[in-house]
Amino acid sequence: MQHIELSHISKSYGETSVIDNLSLDIGAHEFIVFLGPSGCGKSTLLRMIAGLESVDAGEIHVAGRRIDRLPPGQRGVAMVFQHYALYPHMSVRENMAFGLRNVGIDAADIVRRIDEAARMLEITHLLERKPAQVSGGQRQRVAIGRAIVKAPQLFLFDEPLSNLDAALRARTRIELAQLHQRVNAATLFVTHDQVEAMTLAHRIVVLNGGCIEQIGTPREIYARPASRFVAGFVGTPTMNFAEAMLLPPVNGRACVRLGNGATLVTAIAAQQLDATTTCTLGVRPQSIAVADPGSAPLRGPVRIVEHLGDRTLLHVELGAGLSLVAEDSGASRVAVGELVGLQIASSGMHLFAGKRGYHAESPADAPPGLRA
Amino acid sequence: MIGGERSWRHLLYVAPFLVFFLGLLVYPLLAGLSLSFDKADLFGAHQFIGVENYRRLLHDEVFLGAVRNTLYFLALTVPALTVIGLALALALNRAGSLAMVLRGVFFASSVLSVTIVTLLWRVMLSPGSGLLAGIARIFGREPVAFLNDPRLALPAIAVTTIWWCLGLPMMLFLAALQQLPPELLEAAALDSAGRWRTLWSITLPSIRRTFVLVLIIEIVLQFQLFGQAQLMTRGGPNNSSRPIVLFIYETGFNRWDVGYASAASQALFLLILAAAMGQYWVTRRDQGAS
Repeated sequence: MQHIELSHISKSYGETSVIDNLSLDIGAHEFIVFLGPSGCGKSTLLRMIAGLESVDAGEIHVAGRRIDRLPPGQRGVAMVFQHYALYPHMSVRENMAFGLRNVGIDAADIVRRIDEAARMLEITHLLERKPAQVSGGQRQRVAIGRAIVKAPQLFLFDEPLSNLDAALRARTRIELAQLHQRVNAATLFVTHDQVEAMTLAHRIVVLNGGCIEQIGTPREIYARPASRFVAGFVGTPTMNFAEAMLLPPVNGRACVRLGNGATLVTAIAAQQLDATTTCTLGVRPQSIAVADPGSAPLRGPVRIVEHLGDRTLLHVELGAGLSLVAEDSGASRVAVGELVGLQIASSGMHLFAGKRGYHAESPADAPPGLRA
Repeated sequence: MIGGERSWRHLLYVAPFLVFFLGLLVYPLLAGLSLSFDKADLFGAHQFIGVENYRRLLHDEVFLGAVRNTLYFLALTVPALTVIGLALALALNRAGSLAMVLRGVFFASSVLSVTIVTLLWRVMLSPGSGLLAGIARIFGREPVAFLNDPRLALPAIAVTTIWWCLGLPMMLFLAALQQLPPELLEAAALDSAGRWRTLWSITLPSIRRTFVLVLIIEIVLQFQLFGQAQLMTRGGPNNSSRPIVLFIYETGFNRWDVGYASAASQALFLLILAAAMGQYWVTRRDQGAS
């Protein structure tokens, strides 16, 4: 049995639908990240599970118990807020004890739980201070500690790292991953930061406009994006997109013609793409290599060169309004205005038609001659 | 800042304020203080008599009665204004047009002038045709002449004052409540805190500063009770509702004993200062201890 079950959840504010008929099963020890742009409904979904927003339709079960009608405190969940929401007039210890006292846990047990959590989070020396007397990163730990002492079945994190500076964010991210291994309860983590999602999640739920675009492991989300939205949202630099016409297949592989007339043979099985004539080609810059302009299938002048240290991004104009970003090595000597050829790895080509994405079955399926 | 000459030029920028501050605040304050050591009348005759005015005050039964009345009035109004103001703010701190209209209604009395307020309440309290008299008759009881009863005159003025002044504390508390981050209340909900627990442990401690502010403002304001007493009872019956400011007014402007009135003013100033500072000190000490 799945541990946490969201079934057919809907929510709207007046006419605006925020969450539309969403269903999701989460394992008892899973780390799930809700990833999506602002306004996609990810925070609302989290708050509905916490009980801070009402659920218009659908049911939420935790460990077989229906919780969507219960008050927040009785749902067996603990939440870490974006701005921590520590009680400013209480000491760190009182902050952590407040929720335990309210449900009548005896004093000795409260002390034991707080000491244990404080040791785990290395905030023992802060216990008698007020929130205003500790730093931002420490406040974050206190907020996490306040959640841990409740020993919830489900942890909810609402963009908890967005208030930290870059260095602290990276460190806290690693600590959160370690913490999850130790605490081992299901975790729902909301973020719009794809790096957090990729590094922390067992599974990522990509949300857009109140609907799930894709559920999958970070690897799946990156390598086999289910829709053009997911493909464009995950990955830095962003995937290249080009409108394309579907041509008759070559060796059973889908074949496309780009706007500038160039034809490309993909590694995607052609029978998947039924009855489609136009589609969008998606290629990550990492799958586009610089090649000899004389023999390469695509060529054009370089318009922008971005040196990123370990790699170089080249914006190449291919004519007919088509432009692609290719990745070259950090030592690249290519200059603006230079004519370059581009070679696209067929395994790195994705096609998007309708609401679906199509991918090479596996890199080995690609015909050997077309591999980069 | 740097050279003496330059700092004098800086003074020019604050000069307009300084002129008014010194001329209209500091000078009258000091002039009043010096007047309190004189035997003086409104025709301008001055004679220095040292602390005689103050000695007289300490033995003046009417003045001491006025001090007692004022303190009693404070005890009747300040806690009630604070508690009712807070309760109204808590009840009306929500979105929606009903709460908005009610906020306006409760604040509306504050914009009326004292003349209108006292007129309204004199009609309300009138034993002949007043609303309360009518209600008493419905229950077959004899109407009470509130303003003619030495035990009830000051409480009646206090009720009038509470009705009149409730808007300000309510608005101050509302402003404080709306500053409260909603996340705090949500965290409390997740911490299984019920309504009363949240109010007592989260909301009230968070608006503590406003609580102190309201107390001090109301102490300072209600110490200066004048218009209501003057217009509703003229301090009577038998001085039972005479506050300090009315005593000062009558001494200065009816009996023309300006020096003596000025000494009473200084006494009132010290009382207000002591009460406000005492309040401030108590809450500061509490905060330090917790």
